[in-house]
Amino acid sequence: MSESVAASEFAVAPISLWRRGVNAFVTLATALAVVLVLLPLGAIFAYLVYKGISSLNWAFLTQTPKPVGEAGGGMANAIAGSGLILLIASSIGVPVGIGAGIYLAEYGHNRFGDLIRFTADVLNGVPSIVVGIVAYGIVVLSQGHFSALAGGVALAIMMIPTITRATEEMLLLVPNAVREAAYGLGVSRWRTTLSITLRTATSGVITGVMLAFARVAGETAPLLFTAFGNQYWNWKINQPTAALSLQVFTYAISPFDEWHRQAWAGALILIVLIVVAVSAVRLVAGRGMLKGAS
Amino acid sequence: MPGPQPVAKAEVVSVSGAESEPLIRGGSSHIADRLFYFAMLACGLSVLALVGLIVYELMSKSGLSWHAFGWRFFFRSEWDPVNEQFGAWPFVYGTLVSSLLALLLAVPLAVGVAIFITELCPRWLKSPLAFTTELLAAIPSVIYGLWAIFVLVPLLRQYGEPFLARYFGWTGLFEGAPYGIGMLAAGIILAIMVVPIISSITREVMTAVPQQQREAVLALGATRWEMIRTGVLRNARAGILGGVILGLGRALGETMAVTMVIGNRPEIARSLFAPGYTMASVIANEFSEATTDTYLSALVEVGLALFLVTIIVNILAQVLVYSVTRGAPARGHV
Repeated sequence: MSESVAASEFAVAPISLWRRGVNAFVTLATALAVVLVLLPLGAIFAYLVYKGISSLNWAFLTQTPKPVGEAGGGMANAIAGSGLILLIASSIGVPVGIGAGIYLAEYGHNRFGDLIRFTADVLNGVPSIVVGIVAYGIVVLSQGHFSALAGGVALAIMMIPTITRATEEMLLLVPNAVREAAYGLGVSRWRTTLSITLRTATSGVITGVMLAFARVAGETAPLLFTAFGNQYWNWKINQPTAALSLQVFTYAISPFDEWHRQAWAGALILIVLIVVAVSAVRLVAGRGMLKGAS
Repeated sequence: MPGPQPVAKAEVVSVSGAESEPLIRGGSSHIADRLFYFAMLACGLSVLALVGLIVYELMSKSGLSWHAFGWRFFFRSEWDPVNEQFGAWPFVYGTLVSSLLALLLAVPLAVGVAIFITELCPRWLKSPLAFTTELLAAIPSVIYGLWAIFVLVPLLRQYGEPFLARYFGWTGLFEGAPYGIGMLAAGIILAIMVVPIISSITREVMTAVPQQQREAVLALGATRWEMIRTGVLRNARAGILGGVILGLGRALGETMAVTMVIGNRPEIARSLFAPGYTMASVIANEFSEATTDTYLSALVEVGLALFLVTIIVNILAQVLVYSVTRGAPARGHV
């Protein structure tokens, strides 16, 4: 008896039609927002693949650009140039970024560490075109001409904060007991950090590095007046160099149909490069951030 | 997050050895430890040095223009390299209008996407949807520009702008010849680019709202939307604002895609169909052609202003996001 009384006392009032309607409306509206956002993504990829594949051929991958008016030619030198610039950027940015990450995770639990952490976040937000101006000032002006090195330095500056913060985050995931076990065995601190802590966090750190790489691989603005672009092959780090993203930009704003076609092919190559990098990240990250943690 | 505070090894050993000989003296591993510490410190310092270098480079190289024009530089509309008269107002205006237009379009969409992914969609759809929307952030700016030139701009020219002119022409915002290229195209492409940033931060802060809060509101008889509105959005609003401001920071500094569709003319027009120019675009277009010292200096000063504004905007955003998530760094995840 008493139970049924209690039940009726607490019986839920039916939700009014108006409130149910608003709820359904919002659900629909947010689903529509998702569709609206995915639409351009789908359109960009579809158009890129459609336009890109039809213009992609062997010559595109093996030849240098032909003069205006001549059909054919390719972006082989730009692909190689991008590789060169990214190699320079990675060989500066990766060690410095990881080093700064190690500093923050292992020694940086004080005011000074907070300052560096904050500065890294500031650096992360600097517009890429401004980084280009700075690389121009410190490399191009002192060398007297545009160069692959200047482009590499610009991209390295952009890689460092991303790698630093990712490395720190990953190293902090390593349990302290692991470090203490190593100290207990008499392993010195630097050896512990490199061979135990960093090694445990390897796949997470690689994720951070690949993210930074994917972020700068398609950058164009900082290369405009550092690497500058080049119509011919160049393997010297102190000479102006073509880059895939630069070439896509130059061709896209040109008035020639043949160049537009090549811009799409170049863009397709660029996006394939980046998607491969990001998927590699997913694969590595999917296995767990820490070695042996699964 | 409790950081690892490794015990200094030498001290432990000397304690166990009391006043007598320590078991292990400093020796070579002690020196190696110091060297390693200084090497890592140098890497950490290089981050500080880089920001210092950026500030120094921008300040020293913009000095000429600063001395010539002072504060008025940012409010003058004249941009005449031949007569060495420089004023950045058209670029400041173009940057502000294109970025605000982008936010106007992007914020409702991004928040909607975040709500759908965190609160409404079936569990199996969550991760693929999150991944796909964030794929948008991985597309390089130059590819957005390429797509905008050959797909978005023709669409706007043929359908979008005539439609807006017919039905909303009376506002004065949609007047003039529909070229396709112009402020509107720049705003739309920027909106597409900042949606993943805003929605990623919004999801992050919404996830940080405790689950009990949702259950409590539902238990009071709220519908799902009422629960989201009163229980989640209300708590996360500072963080969402932070995400919006972070998106603004990105839009302000965005260069390539905007340069490719905005028209690059230093004019101020009420109509969104008219071409414009942004701070980042003018640097991208004219920096390597700047022939005189004053010209180059004026461009660097535009860069300095852009740098300062984005820094302030980003710091503000991080403070806001931090106030909700308490610690997790404010940035998007791919």
